[in-house]
Amino acid sequence: MNSYELTISQARTALDNKELSSRELTSSCLERIRSVDDTVHSFISVTEKEALQQADAADREIAQGTVAQLCGIPFSLKDLLCTRGVTTTCGSKILENFVPPYDATVVEKLKEQGAVILGKVAMDEFAMGSTSETCVFTIPENPWNPGFVAGGSSGGSAASVAAMECLGSLGSDTGGSIRQPASLCGVVGLKPTYGRVSRYGLVAFASSLDQIGPLTRDVTDSAMVMNGISGYDKRDSTSVKQDIPDFTNALSEGMKGLRVGIPREYFGAGLDGEVAGVVERAIQLLRDAGAETVEVSLPHTEYCVAVYYLIASAEASSNLARYDGVVYGYRDQNAESLIDMYRETRSNGFGDEVKRRILIGTYALSSGYYDAYYKKASQVRTLILNDFQKAYESCDLIISPVTPTPAWRRGAHADDPLALYLSDILTISANLAGIPGLSVPGGFSSDGLPIGIQLQGPHFQEEVLLKAAYNLELGTELGNRCPEI
Amino acid sequence: MKISRKEVEHVATLARLNMSEEELERMTVQLDTILSYVDKLNELETTGVAPTTHAFSINNAFREDEMQESLPVKEALANAPKENGEAFVVPKII
Repeated sequence: MNSYELTISQARTALDNKELSSRELTSSCLERIRSVDDTVHSFISVTEKEALQQADAADREIAQGTVAQLCGIPFSLKDLLCTRGVTTTCGSKILENFVPPYDATVVEKLKEQGAVILGKVAMDEFAMGSTSETCVFTIPENPWNPGFVAGGSSGGSAASVAAMECLGSLGSDTGGSIRQPASLCGVVGLKPTYGRVSRYGLVAFASSLDQIGPLTRDVTDSAMVMNGISGYDKRDSTSVKQDIPDFTNALSEGMKGLRVGIPREYFGAGLDGEVAGVVERAIQLLRDAGAETVEVSLPHTEYCVAVYYLIASAEASSNLARYDGVVYGYRDQNAESLIDMYRETRSNGFGDEVKRRILIGTYALSSGYYDAYYKKASQVRTLILNDFQKAYESCDLIISPVTPTPAWRRGAHADDPLALYLSDILTISANLAGIPGLSVPGGFSSDGLPIGIQLQGPHFQEEVLLKAAYNLELGTELGNRCPEI
Repeated sequence: MKISRKEVEHVATLARLNMSEEELERMTVQLDTILSYVDKLNELETTGVAPTTHAFSINNAFREDEMQESLPVKEALANAPKENGEAFVVPKII
């Protein structure tokens, strides 16, 4: 067995028992990247030298005694998490040469615990997309079937974890960008409650929706990474002062006493038959484990895509105003006036999807349209939030599909942005409501493509999701699966 | 039509984006499709519904105004497309 095949918890035991060194584990992952990344295309940059130095430092710490849970464990990072001294591109030409002078809080936390960072992975430009195909540098393939999308926007994170190029990854989720690629690539992805994890040093897309979370090969690893990255941070005023539980305590067999809500609106027209079948089976597994199931209603689900694309685009148009060629990033060198420099820089630096969202957002916020679009969307957001609050009066968590279909072929929605937006319908609401959501492997399509199960819970109830996911994993035995590459 | 080509041109100016003729054509059609879809929200009566800008209420995050170390000038300028050692340099404004 190659050590890159180990889960984080297995590697932890091997490292602590001195059966394996972090240098061996890290070298094994680097070798794996060399052998499969020509097919998978997850990585934008591999920081081999730094990774080996971090591994050696971890080995020295381990030799001295008890270490943090993530010490010596190799990770990949979505390329919108700022890494001191290492280029952070956000998948965009406009940040092609941006070298952050500081680490994001989550990166700082990983480093403090002695984790190893292998490099930065692909994503849709500025995290705007569902396939990672708008990444300017490399487009990840679905490790289960190259030619199919890895999902997005954290497609590089999901593909690198599924292809066993790393043991875990950090991604970000604004409308499903952790859960959807996790589902399409057959790994576990958790979007924590808004405010659970600091966003300091995350390149902002839509600040009221963005949240950082782990992509891992099994549920236990997800809980371990959550332990390592959660918590209030004075540098992110929206991070929340809440006690952080030991998330691994939630991982116990049995669902007795828990009520699982089944939202009828998530099983409507457009849901692929195989996906529906996999979710049905998961519901039965939870019943078998002792859970009670109840039907719930989230009546405003059909409006969430419209709300999301107005609010996310409005926030993006404001956040992305900073890319003007003055302080960092790409600058068009030919412009003679300041205004021309702004316009040329932004026009040449941003891709089509980013421009489209900036235009929608600018329009929705512009004089005369603000009430009709932005304000209206924010009001409907309240109705969506109320739906969840009402649903959680009769259940402890909600089970559903993650996406209406398994992964699709590359290039399938190239000329129809709205069709692609609509594929996010089952994940967007969690961001609008700020609640946690998790995707855990549930089965495969007849084409051999993974199908995930989505679990959503009330604010700060990640533990309930991890417990249910753990029980599903016991039933499906789909933890830590690797495709033939 | 929900949005005209002229309006797209105006919004592009507000957003400091240049658009070629071909881009303007395409973006007008795509934005029109998206805005027509978004019209769906008008099916809902929202008079009196408070807008949500933040998923759960948090109070203002105040902190003491304390002196802290800031980014050294050299590091702050390290990513600048053009600088003169102490400031960012941009094309002439006036």
